[in-house]
Amino acid sequence: MKAKHQRLVLAVVALVALIGAGLLAASALKDEAAYFYAPYDVKTKGVEPGKAIRLGGMVVKGSLKRASDGVTIRFDVTDGKSTVPASFKGITPDLFREGSGVVAEGAFDAAGTFQATNLLAKHDERYMPRELEGMSYDEKTHKMKVDR
Amino acid sequence: MIAEAGLAALWLAASLALLQLALAAIGLAGGKSDLLGAVRPVAVAQGVLTALAFALLITLFLRSDMSVLLVASNSHSMKPWLYKFAGTWGNHEGSMLLWVTVMGVAGSAVALFERALRRDTHMATLGGQAAISLGFYAFLLFASNPFARIDPPAPDGQGLNPLLQDPGLAFHPPTLYLGYVGLSVAFSFAVGALLTRQVDAAFARAMRPWVLGAWILLTLGITAGSYWAYYELGWGGWWFWDPVENASLMPWLAATALLHSVTVLATRDALRAWTVMLAVIAFSMSMVGTFLVRSGILTSVHAFAVDPERGTFILALLGIYIGGALALFGWRVGAVREGAPFELVSRETMLVVNNLLLSVILGLVLVGTLYPLLTEAFGHKVSVGAPYFDRIAGPVALVLMIAMVLGPLTRWRRDRMREVTRRITVPMVAAGLVFLALAVFAWGRIGILPFLGLVIALAVAVGSVAPLWKRNLWRTPLFTWGMVIAHLGCAVSLAGMACDSAFTVEKLVAARPGDRVETAGWTLRFRQILPIAGDNWTALQADMEASRGGGKPVLIHPQSRFFASPPTTTTEAALLTRWDGQLYVVLGQEADEGRWQLRVWWKPFVTLIWFGGFLIALGGALALVGRERRGWLLKWRARKAAENAA
Repeated sequence: MKAKHQRLVLAVVALVALIGAGLLAASALKDEAAYFYAPYDVKTKGVEPGKAIRLGGMVVKGSLKRASDGVTIRFDVTDGKSTVPASFKGITPDLFREGSGVVAEGAFDAAGTFQATNLLAKHDERYMPRELEGMSYDEKTHKMKVDR
Repeated sequence: MIAEAGLAALWLAASLALLQLALAAIGLAGGKSDLLGAVRPVAVAQGVLTALAFALLITLFLRSDMSVLLVASNSHSMKPWLYKFAGTWGNHEGSMLLWVTVMGVAGSAVALFERALRRDTHMATLGGQAAISLGFYAFLLFASNPFARIDPPAPDGQGLNPLLQDPGLAFHPPTLYLGYVGLSVAFSFAVGALLTRQVDAAFARAMRPWVLGAWILLTLGITAGSYWAYYELGWGGWWFWDPVENASLMPWLAATALLHSVTVLATRDALRAWTVMLAVIAFSMSMVGTFLVRSGILTSVHAFAVDPERGTFILALLGIYIGGALALFGWRVGAVREGAPFELVSRETMLVVNNLLLSVILGLVLVGTLYPLLTEAFGHKVSVGAPYFDRIAGPVALVLMIAMVLGPLTRWRRDRMREVTRRITVPMVAAGLVFLALAVFAWGRIGILPFLGLVIALAVAVGSVAPLWKRNLWRTPLFTWGMVIAHLGCAVSLAGMACDSAFTVEKLVAARPGDRVETAGWTLRFRQILPIAGDNWTALQADMEASRGGGKPVLIHPQSRFFASPPTTTTEAALLTRWDGQLYVVLGQEADEGRWQLRVWWKPFVTLIWFGGFLIALGGALALVGRERRGWLLKWRARKAAENAA
């Protein structure tokens, strides 16, 4: 094979590989990308049980309960307009508490409870999951404020 | 005065970078040799000045000078000195200063030690390095001045993010940055060679040690970072596919591809344009990574304080440098002559396969990392995590590992299929045996990817040492040893990853002092909870005895630590390392009535992941020393011969 042909073949092979990778990525992203939902989105758009999503909002005050095994918690997540029940088994992040923001990764079960596999809370005073930017909780009125 | 001196050094270094660029450009364009002669000293002086500025910033941190804004907002006088020192780069401005310091020092190193490159290409390379440095000096001086003062001085600092208060901070970021920014040298080489039309085997031999050096440090940095995150975050995972991690993985993937293609170019004078392209891509990925990390545009568990304006600035730099380099490539690639052709069955082909697969993985990771940005533009908030990356990057990586068995056992230029098949018989048989063993003992209990991972890991392990077969081990060149050990490291690491995801046992309980927790052959006796205090933290510490199979109990102490400044709680996992795995215990919160949450993992052979990483870096180091030593020997012999002739 001549050098010039070889270069052409290599370029074509590289192109095919990259296009193939792009298609592969697109199909995988369609299945695996987890969309972010606030409780109000869940109510209006609906989420099928078992589909991996991220649910974000504030933990409703007074809703946090521990199961008798000591490691399962149940709590409600609200965005001020709607509220969704959630459940999580594991060690909660240090800054996870009632009235503070949370992003939960997981899926809804058939009963409509969000089964969280992972909780992302505010990391420290300076950091907050981006999805929660613009949400705040009013301590006095116990109301969520959302400016988006 | 120290802060002002630091700022002055930085301005001076930036001016020298401008001078360096101008001298190189005018000298090369006008063929003025006297101007070119000044480029090297200027490059060295520029590197020295950035290093000085960085040393002065370290001094400010060590002295806890609270009249400097950066120190006041990121340090604290009560912090142990190691974290005052390492805290210098535990923030945005400091880490960007580290970035330009590495860039300046790398430029000086190229000016001082590069001997193999033709003079005009050498000067063009230094000009290119100065051009990139200038943009980052501008970023530092106009958008992230680390030496800004505050008046009046703060009474004390706000402290460093406690997750960063770990010895890992002293080692991981500098190593990573040396590798990350070291790739700028490869970028400048590519730019220089395109400008002077000198893309050939000699150019590749000159570039190779710099690529190798950066790649070794990048490998070490990623390995160390992975272990740090593993023990510090307390989640029991070693890779989260977080944007910040992907930001370090993408340059590594590109650099690994470059490392192999530069070898093809150096040995066989093939893949000329492709190698230059990869050199451009590798450093572009470093810049993309910096943009992702520093702009805060993506959500990350490795949180950094962020500022959107800075993001725009880095985006502009990205556009200028990547766009400029690609334009130069497009303009000059026609002038790069075709290299030597090769047959279909040859090591060149295998290395092309290696490069293609690494590029595909790089593309997949890049798409997954940037996808949330894309969808957010259309109003959807999306996160792309482990399910995506594992599903698509995993299988491609396994195919790449298979190519890794074939490559070193195939001859350069031309080989015969039958011969190659014969040489891979032993690795194939080894893989077959593992396959059978796993099929009998673990079928249906472990996932398909870990299953294939273990099979392929053994094939690679056997295949990687096969090039030493029937060779005199003493006379085998050091760089061949390097390849063998680096590939073996990949196998070891892959085996660790597969074992971790296949065999990890996890237990989550609420226990009170006096209770026993049993899992995976281990017995944990929970003795008590005690409050303790360190330099700048207090903690609740659990005292536990861990024993296995009636052996002698070992005391372990998982903690939940509270830092006052800034107010944060961190979990300090207790790790117990044995030859066959690690016991990982995390103390959670008090559940109720004196019961404490405990999370216990037994992770068989998980340490192989990082051990493999170190082997890969060691292999790189052996290859580097081997190549350089051969260069010295050849020169020495040539000189001897010349003396004898005279």
